[in-house]
Amino acid sequence: MMSAIPRRRIPATRRFWAVALAIGAVALYIAFAGQWTLPHNNDAPFFERLNDFRAWIDANRNSNPILVVLIVGVRTAMGALFTGYLGILQVLTWPGLTVIAGGLGLLVGGRRLGGLLLSGFLSFGVLGLWDRSIETLAMTFAAVTISLLIGIPVGIQAGRSVRFYSAIRPILDVMQIMPTYAYLAPFALIFLIGPTTGAIVTLIYAIPPAVRITALGIRGVAPATVEAATSLGATRRQLLAKVQLPMARRTIVLGINQTIMMALSMVVITALVDTPGLGKNLIKAIQISNVGVAFDAGLAIVIMAIMLDRLTTRASERVDPARAGGAEGPSRQLRLAVLVASVAAVLVGTFVIDGGQFPTTIGFSFREPINAAVSWVSLNLYFATEWAKNAATYGLINPIQYTLTNAPWWLVGGVISALAVVVGGIRPALITALCLLGILGIQLWEHSMQTLTLVLVATLLTLVIGLVLGILSARSDVFSAILRPVLDAAQTMPAFVYLLPAVALFGATRFSGIVAAIIFAVPPVIRLVEIGIRTVPATVREAGVSAGATASQLLRKVELPLALPALLVATNQGIILVLSMVVVGGLIGAGGLGYDVVAGFVRRDFFGEGLAAAFAIVLLGIMLDRITQSAGSTRARDPSASAGDDTATAPAAG
Amino acid sequence: MSSNKRFGRLVVGFVAVSLVAAACSSGGSGGSKGTVNIAVNPWVGYEADAAVVAYLLEKELGYTVVKKDLAEDVSWQGFESGEVDVILENWGHPDLEKTYITEKKVAMDAGQTGNVGIIGWFVPKWMVDENPDITDYKNLNKYADLFKTSESGNLGEFLGTDPSYVQYDEALITNLGLNFKVRFTGSEAATVEAIKQADAQKKPLLAYWWDPHWLNAVVPLVRVNLPAYTAGCDADLEKVACDYPEYKLNKIIRVGFNEKGGDAATFIKNFNWTNKDQNVVADYITNGNMTPEAAAEKWVKANEAIWKAWMP
Amino acid sequence: MQTAQTDRSTGVEPTIAVRGLWKIFGPAETKISGSPLLELSNSEFRLQTGSTIAVRDVSFDVRAGEVFVVMGLSGSGKSTLVRCLTRLIEPSLGQVLLDGEDIRAADQERLRELRRRRFSMVFQNFGLLPHRRVIDNVAFGLEIRGDARGPRLARAREMCELVGLGTYMDSFPEQLSGGQQQRVGLARALAGDPEVMFFDEPFSALDPLIRRDMQNEVIRLHHEVGKTMVFITHDLAEALKLGDHIVIMRDGRIVQAGSPEELVGAPADDYVADFVQDVAKANILTLRWIMRPALPDDELDGPEFPPTTIIRDALSVAAQTEKPIRVVEGDQLLGVVDRRQILGAITGPDGIPE
Repeated sequence: MMSAIPRRRIPATRRFWAVALAIGAVALYIAFAGQWTLPHNNDAPFFERLNDFRAWIDANRNSNPILVVLIVGVRTAMGALFTGYLGILQVLTWPGLTVIAGGLGLLVGGRRLGGLLLSGFLSFGVLGLWDRSIETLAMTFAAVTISLLIGIPVGIQAGRSVRFYSAIRPILDVMQIMPTYAYLAPFALIFLIGPTTGAIVTLIYAIPPAVRITALGIRGVAPATVEAATSLGATRRQLLAKVQLPMARRTIVLGINQTIMMALSMVVITALVDTPGLGKNLIKAIQISNVGVAFDAGLAIVIMAIMLDRLTTRASERVDPARAGGAEGPSRQLRLAVLVASVAAVLVGTFVIDGGQFPTTIGFSFREPINAAVSWVSLNLYFATEWAKNAATYGLINPIQYTLTNAPWWLVGGVISALAVVVGGIRPALITALCLLGILGIQLWEHSMQTLTLVLVATLLTLVIGLVLGILSARSDVFSAILRPVLDAAQTMPAFVYLLPAVALFGATRFSGIVAAIIFAVPPVIRLVEIGIRTVPATVREAGVSAGATASQLLRKVELPLALPALLVATNQGIILVLSMVVVGGLIGAGGLGYDVVAGFVRRDFFGEGLAAAFAIVLLGIMLDRITQSAGSTRARDPSASAGDDTATAPAAG
Repeated sequence: MSSNKRFGRLVVGFVAVSLVAAACSSGGSGGSKGTVNIAVNPWVGYEADAAVVAYLLEKELGYTVVKKDLAEDVSWQGFESGEVDVILENWGHPDLEKTYITEKKVAMDAGQTGNVGIIGWFVPKWMVDENPDITDYKNLNKYADLFKTSESGNLGEFLGTDPSYVQYDEALITNLGLNFKVRFTGSEAATVEAIKQADAQKKPLLAYWWDPHWLNAVVPLVRVNLPAYTAGCDADLEKVACDYPEYKLNKIIRVGFNEKGGDAATFIKNFNWTNKDQNVVADYITNGNMTPEAAAEKWVKANEAIWKAWMP
Repeated sequence: MQTAQTDRSTGVEPTIAVRGLWKIFGPAETKISGSPLLELSNSEFRLQTGSTIAVRDVSFDVRAGEVFVVMGLSGSGKSTLVRCLTRLIEPSLGQVLLDGEDIRAADQERLRELRRRRFSMVFQNFGLLPHRRVIDNVAFGLEIRGDARGPRLARAREMCELVGLGTYMDSFPEQLSGGQQQRVGLARALAGDPEVMFFDEPFSALDPLIRRDMQNEVIRLHHEVGKTMVFITHDLAEALKLGDHIVIMRDGRIVQAGSPEELVGAPADDYVADFVQDVAKANILTLRWIMRPALPDDELDGPEFPPTTIIRDALSVAAQTEKPIRVVEGDQLLGVVDRRQILGAITGPDGIPE
């Protein structure tokens, strides 16, 4: 039976308004093109005010008591936490840490997990990235510790009080929509560069999943159980401690898993504010345009992500109250053996192996082969890459950007808001209008339109590619099986890594930013499309075939319309991921707001503009998220759509 | 449950043992005279400086060196937070000098590097051969069409580079009335790539470029003459309409490092070499496929006379 | 095996003729033709080849205009069989002839053409498109085959009226009850004016009361439009109610084929007998099945019926007389039926005297 609630096609009246809107917009554009435009001004008063604010912070950081307490307190605490973790990891030495990790894996998840962790840690050393990897690990631990200290209590509260949850939910949304890159500069201003800022910025990103999933776990406790406990006279505190928390334990550990993954992906990016770790290698790789260097570091991050993911996933299975009874824990002998091996390894590392340095003789790097491959492609496929770049630039980017920047601002704003009405209704349209007014006030209209152009083009291409590959993998199990590990890896790689091949193939252009964004955003879209099509009920498909539909009719008239809810979720996810990546594209010549953020970050005199651009990006993100999400919810209140709700705005871990 | 607790106790015991072990060992391996944090700004010439300085600090003077890849402005902030001890190649930055040296008094000039820095607008030599008058900025509009690209629309393209560098090209273009638009490559390496490509494929190019740089020995570039620099003509970056000045590159160190840095601080203040030296090391790193350490080692082995003079 | 089967060789070519049809799922499918493995029992076959026989050497004729029912429990292969007929599942061996044309020989294009114009199907779970209005669902097949918008909507409207959905044409499927949804399925199947309609357990997802309505609806439609219908069901009562001709399947093969009364009157084996045991025979069997030869002491002046009379229809008359009913064909007395036989038909097999 169809479980979905009716999907209405756009009623005729709404279609009429859409057509009227299009005609009106074109007419107004023809009449007013080139007027009421808002050309970019590097010295807009708003930027100056932000610059003044920066100067004030800078001047008073060490004298204003509030700032001193805030900055010194936080800096000291976070710094101590990071150096503490790093110290422990370093003290254990590489043989010690490797054996301990392997032993932990063995105890938690058995021989396979143990082997994974052991070889994973060894690979850090083999790749020549031991020190950097340990730094990243310590940063991640530090950020995760604080994230959980904040996220779990807040999540518990949110799980128990619906009102509290709905109050903090928009904040969580914004925290996750905000492109990472945008808030580095403001925090670096206040807390200066270094691991502290890195950790704080990471918190912003890693707390929301901790809160959401904890709340989910608490709310997910069967109401009957809660009722039973209440009827036995349990206080709220007892209820929490004896019923809700134990029963939500598994979900909470899953939340820890998500928090770790988010933190790891973010820690890498904070290398821009001098956070130590593997991210440094990525930054360096971008500076010297060396894809191979980035690949090695990216690989180490992927390995780390996989290890942490598997370990916490297994741990969550072990704390599952439903299973804990049956599962035999590791035997005492095994624990003892692991302990002895660990101590021995630490001692060996400390006293036998010189200085705890990983031997450089057993090293392996993908640098050469990867670089060779990239230069082969850029040399021999130049005509193809050039063609693709020019086709996209002249065919899509330039015309759209020209139209958006050349049209009167009120026309662009009006049309986007009206579109929001047509797609999602009044509420999203109001939010859209407010966001656009905000961008206007921030005085970054032209750059915002440039970024919007890139987002639109990249989203369009992402959806096209995602559809094609998603359909193919829905059609062919073989194709799907081949594609899956590629997608897994692509989603775990830090987004930064994608900038490099894009630059190598397409030069420092807007199209490179778009390419990187596509690589980043396309995996979840492929997955969602595949799921959407695969879950089309077999009978409906059979009915189509038996009516004599051709393969393409079946796709167009049956499968795609039925997969629409999943496609809308895919659009929403895709557009948010694209935005966050297009902004990072500012590092490689993609221009727009992303460049402003980059410049604001590295040049004092551009600070105001960069910070303003960060705000503009957030506003764009909220706007695009609201529009696409409301499109999803008005078209179909489908289980997959609402399930996506809690995760839709969370970019892939990695 | 109870076995979990026992396991927990085991872990605690284990951590304690390893901490003790570590404490014992740290006494043994601690031969370092201290740590020097060197900011490494994102261009290969600077990296050459840092490679040689770090190599000598570590091998000759027994210090531990931590290199930090940071943009220029960010490096200066590091003086205040204590994350950075040294900037090895400073290009002007009067505003930062004012904030951190004069006002906050956290940094100080540590003398010149011996390098002379030039920033300017450059075109490939073959373009000058074909159009000799292109080197006068007044004629640039005449040739603007040559420089059009998919990114610049109706205007000519001016290739900017890493946004963190000292630059005011957008203001210059506006104030000189030029029909050009800046595209930022984002990094030195991307600019190098673009220049090489323009040279190989005879594609027109007008770019922000500088010396010392190893590429200048490989690809002939010609500087475009902008209105000459006069003292103070770049004071207001919105109204600037003159060429970049010639920079006597210098070193900046943290005041605290100057006081407690001992031999390292003295050594860094002594560090001084030529554009040619820097280009050699930069060329090793970029084109010789060497790590900075290997490049430094090679140079150090061959130029003992030069670096002996820097030793405290 | 097939005892008491009426002679179906009428000389008229059947609409659908199935000859030696096999369907094997699994690796053995492609290399099985003519293999001695086909002689094995189903379980042996699976053991030896790892493949499953779903349809096993099935042959039958469907005559024009009749309702042909395939009945069996789940797993008997009936749904696979009906899908083999339209090649929604490709048969492994054998022939399926539609008006003499071998469907298995049709290429994809021809097959689509057949599906678009000559077959249609009604599905157990309706298979409606939730994003389309009722009328657009009904018009779906016409749209697929490229009919212009005007005529196809007119035809769809007509079909909606025919199945009693006139007021729901602009609704969406989810707004309808299950029975109404299946009416949409019916209308959709009728819209293309096909020669043969296939029904794959169309009513088993419906409530019993609605199911009865829908069965009556099919009977009505059959009278009105006179299509050839192939109807799959697991419900014997439904099969007996609708079927002109019924085949019973078990483990992929046909156990018995015949008219409803042949099945009920003379089950071919225990399996079929088990099935029909609880059937109200009085509603199915004709007097022919229960009559006995007239004995000398019978009073032969009682009421008279032809042998094709269903027992139920003779009940009221039988109740009013002490005398046995005479079964007469033409002017020949075939036998008599007294209360004993009638009672036996009503109460079940134990009541029938041997």
